[in-house]
Amino acid sequence: MPLDESFTGRVYPPQTSYEVSREKIREFADAIGDQNPVYRDVEAAKAAGHPDVIAPPTFLTIINLASINSIVMDPELGLDYSRMVHGDQQFSYTRPAHAGDELLLTTHIDRIMFRAGNDFINLRAEITDADGGHIATTRAQLVVRGENA
Amino acid sequence: MNVGDELPALEVRITRDQLVRYAGAALDFNPIHWNEAFAKEVGLPDVIAHGMLTMAVAGRVVTDWLGDPGRLVDFSARFTRPVAVPNTPEGAVVEITGKVGALQDDGIARIDLVVKSDGKTVLGKPQALIRV
Repeated sequence: MPLDESFTGRVYPPQTSYEVSREKIREFADAIGDQNPVYRDVEAAKAAGHPDVIAPPTFLTIINLASINSIVMDPELGLDYSRMVHGDQQFSYTRPAHAGDELLLTTHIDRIMFRAGNDFINLRAEITDADGGHIATTRAQLVVRGENA
Repeated sequence: MNVGDELPALEVRITRDQLVRYAGAALDFNPIHWNEAFAKEVGLPDVIAHGMLTMAVAGRVVTDWLGDPGRLVDFSARFTRPVAVPNTPEGAVVEITGKVGALQDDGIARIDLVVKSDGKTVLGKPQALIRV
């Protein structure tokens, strides 16, 4: 069943902030097998011009995914989560997130469309620090496979 | 830097234990990434790697080459084919190559990646924009 297209344009303001920690950055870098010292060593990060260790580029998926899940679980939207797949992902960075950042994320439903039996939802999240400075914009397309697709 | 320059290629092994570790680190607990019975029930060939893990691994070709990942300004990919990860010590292997695709006037370069597993392309149009 096609999703309610009137959800297009909805904006989900930040519910809470996410504090980036050195430990979580290291844990994430270990999980993706990335040994880059700017994720682990404060001095190496400072030598590269950063105030503290920085987060790997896809680290933002942690808060992005939480936001996606809270939207797609909204019973009003009527999305069958078991039929949903992640279609694409884009990160556009103003600067890398670093340890000590308090991240705030505002998610927008940019588009909902029904095509060839499948639903497509385009979500955009604007991620800022506690002072409102822009860190990154993330864009994801989610695909919900139709019953006959 | 010139258009066509190749970045050092990378070959990364992804095993089941790494999927569990990534699930915990990324807080992505979808059972298709760790529960073989569930994955097969929903029509997948096996447990599959998180698309975001494959993307993270692919990005290393760019950030290893840059040294400072802070020069990355944009990173995108489509998830076109799942990477099945068998329950073996060998797991799955992801092969990443990249080259300079374009140099823009504003000091930004586009890096085009090719990401394959088992000889097949798994990410669609994986691309990075970097500050030169």
